[in-house]
Amino acid sequence: MRLKLVKQNTNFDFFKRWKLWLGISGLMMVVAFASFMIQGLNFGIDFRGGTTIRTESPMPVDIGVYRDAIAVLDLGDVSITEVFDPTFEADQNVAMIRIQAQEGQEAVTTEVIAAVEQALKTVRPEIKFISVESVGPKVSGELIQTAAIAVILAIGAVLIYIWLRFEWQFALGAVLALVHDVILTIGVFSELQIRFDLAIIAALLTIVGYSLNDTVVVFDRVRENLRKYKKRPLNEVLNISINETLSRTFMTSVTTLLALIALFVLGGDVIRGFVFAMIWGVIVGTYSSIFVASAALLYLGVKRDWSKPDANSGNQYANIDA
Amino acid sequence: MLQIDLWKRIIIWLTCAVGLWLAMPNAFYTNVERHNDAMQAIELGADTPENQSDRALWPEWMPSGLVNLGRDLRGGAHLLAEVQVEDVYAARMQAAWPEIRDALRPERATVGTIRLQPSREDEVRVRISQPEGMQRALEIVRGLARPVQTLTGVGANDIEVRAEGDLIVVVLSEAEKLATDERTVQQSLEIIRRRIDEVGTREPTIQRQGADRILIQVPGIGSAGELKEIIGTTAQLTFNPVVTRGTDAGASAGIGNKIVPSLDEPGVFYTIEAAPVVTGEELVDAQPAFDQNGRPAVNFRFNTSGARKFGDYTAENIGSPFAIVLDDEVVSAPTIQSHIPGGSGIITGRFSVEESTNLAVLLRAGALPAGLEFLEERTIGPELGQDSIDAGKVATLVAFSAVLVFMFLSYGLFGFFANIALIINIGLIFGLLSLIGATLTLPGIAGIVLTVGMAVDANVLIFERIREELKTSKGPARAIELGYEKALSAILDANITTFITATILFAMGSGPVRGFAITLGLGILTSVFTAIFVTRLLVVMWFERRRPKTIEI
Repeated sequence: MRLKLVKQNTNFDFFKRWKLWLGISGLMMVVAFASFMIQGLNFGIDFRGGTTIRTESPMPVDIGVYRDAIAVLDLGDVSITEVFDPTFEADQNVAMIRIQAQEGQEAVTTEVIAAVEQALKTVRPEIKFISVESVGPKVSGELIQTAAIAVILAIGAVLIYIWLRFEWQFALGAVLALVHDVILTIGVFSELQIRFDLAIIAALLTIVGYSLNDTVVVFDRVRENLRKYKKRPLNEVLNISINETLSRTFMTSVTTLLALIALFVLGGDVIRGFVFAMIWGVIVGTYSSIFVASAALLYLGVKRDWSKPDANSGNQYANIDA
Repeated sequence: MLQIDLWKRIIIWLTCAVGLWLAMPNAFYTNVERHNDAMQAIELGADTPENQSDRALWPEWMPSGLVNLGRDLRGGAHLLAEVQVEDVYAARMQAAWPEIRDALRPERATVGTIRLQPSREDEVRVRISQPEGMQRALEIVRGLARPVQTLTGVGANDIEVRAEGDLIVVVLSEAEKLATDERTVQQSLEIIRRRIDEVGTREPTIQRQGADRILIQVPGIGSAGELKEIIGTTAQLTFNPVVTRGTDAGASAGIGNKIVPSLDEPGVFYTIEAAPVVTGEELVDAQPAFDQNGRPAVNFRFNTSGARKFGDYTAENIGSPFAIVLDDEVVSAPTIQSHIPGGSGIITGRFSVEESTNLAVLLRAGALPAGLEFLEERTIGPELGQDSIDAGKVATLVAFSAVLVFMFLSYGLFGFFANIALIINIGLIFGLLSLIGATLTLPGIAGIVLTVGMAVDANVLIFERIREELKTSKGPARAIELGYEKALSAILDANITTFITATILFAMGSGPVRGFAITLGLGILTSVFTAIFVTRLLVVMWFERRRPKTIEI
């Protein structure tokens, strides 16, 4: 007996309420965008500049003590958070200290870091500094720019590729789904105030890749079925295609999620945000390839007769023959 | 029907075998690493029994390429420095003043007395007391210009000279600035490389980024601060004429002079001419040595032009003191006893043996031509790296097993074939990573885990398609063939689009993001290969043996 996530020969009607789904997606995008505008992202030092120090000590972390020790140095905004992780040993007490970029200093100062380390050492002699990262405001500005360019370039490149392989309606549908996924992911990061750093951009681009992967598989089937069922209305063809690929869609999502969840639970706190973005992206990406990309395709309509060449090009060559 | 030519089969198996063969050293990471280190040490002449036994840890005939572990896994330091190219303009202008003075001196009759005026650092302002001689003065100063050697700057000179009333203003030309910037960054890069090599750490990365930035990554070093110390110790050696010796730090130095403290006599300050006679840049060698009294000292030698300048100066100034200045401190200020023609000399001072050795190393490595501003600094402790490796290993294993079990439960025997392909796939990724000497980072591990999840996608597409084709009861052989055929376009389109994003990530990203892009991209290549060729070959081989009437997927 085989394990089946989706029973064979499903016949769900995905488009009975397609306008509703598009509406919900649109609303969610608006909410995500509003959250981004109002609350903003919790940018990490990669994008904001500043210093993070990761400390580890066998003694429990006392944020108040740490804060008092650093406060005398007058370094402006300092945030201290304790990090918990199932992979830590019992005597591993980890804290993250974040110090804002210092006013009027482009370069990263060793003195500031040394002063903080010294201050913490006086209150907690056994403390260790596991990692220290510092980014100057000049670089962080450039990093954010490069990241935005990367995401836009990726979406643009994909738009062109699908346009070449399919039709412009498909390309537009796929890109709509991508924009949807990216906005919702940014929205979640803004809503939950998870730290948004350079690695998250990598995750975003992977989501772009994954969502596309999913969308392209559905579209590939749509293209095939459009040739097969020439007389059927578009929404039926789309429905058939999605139902036919549903089993695959779920299989792939589940295997990918299995792998990602393993990484989320066991991979340590350093990449947890990164993995969270990907898990979220896989879920949203799977949803969007059906309810956004295909629904958009239905809305845009599509050229039906794939067996004959284009009407225009047909005429051109016909003349040569005559 | 289901046929694969023998030569294709051989190529497929050969590719897998080569990939796995290349990946093998990674399974014995520590041993191979010690072997490689020992090999390198022996090559450099350290043929100790210890190195010999380390070398024996891994057989010679096996491949020994390893996946480099990134800074976030091994621990280490990362610095992004910006070279302050403008610093050099100031130094150039400082050096131009004596030249201008010497050129104008014979023309005193027409230009009158010449005086250096205070100015911005990147220009020289000279006042002449007879403004009617300006034409002649400009002519002479312009005569000092040299053509710039650039590819594009045809006919451009290195300095621009103009008159402002009774002032002659000299600045560097744009073409010369560009050429200087290029030289400065190249030189800084070279010097940083040499300094880090002197310390001798494993696999440092020293790269130029953009016009004026240098990226330095050294795995296994304690902290970025330590790295800065190695790089930043500017041993800037100059030889300057001494004007006076005194004890007042606040005394007025006079234009073109500066006051610097003595290195080993507290409270003693020297007034020296700011423009040096010779600089450390013209040193070709420096060695620790002992002076005639048996005290530690440093021997040095100049290149030809340095030797000539030094020789001329000592010949003209016998009896007057000159200062050996190291990083704006006077090491010693001996009196010139005689003409020193050979261009070699000795620095004496109150050094310990260790200090003299360090000084020689610093001098040999050369001074940085310009200051560095650090824009980014990251240190990852080795403990965190080890934690990440351990967590990554466990996570990958769990992810891997979960996917294997899931695939077997879902597709039975075919799932088993896909699983074999998946294992080969992971091997191939590591083989390729070792082959191109790529660096594995923490996000890189995530990329592999993601590949594990997504690699089965191609197989899933095929298997689902075969299932569908079976429904139309065409017989198993035909169904399998159609399944592969029809799934191909979806597989290719899906993977090409993901590959496009991986490529963009690689091109735009830096550091860890790039590591992720590499494993993701390679993972796509290997997973398409294993899905289309390896599983197919396995299925075909099984089918040829069994010839089943019906199949169940």
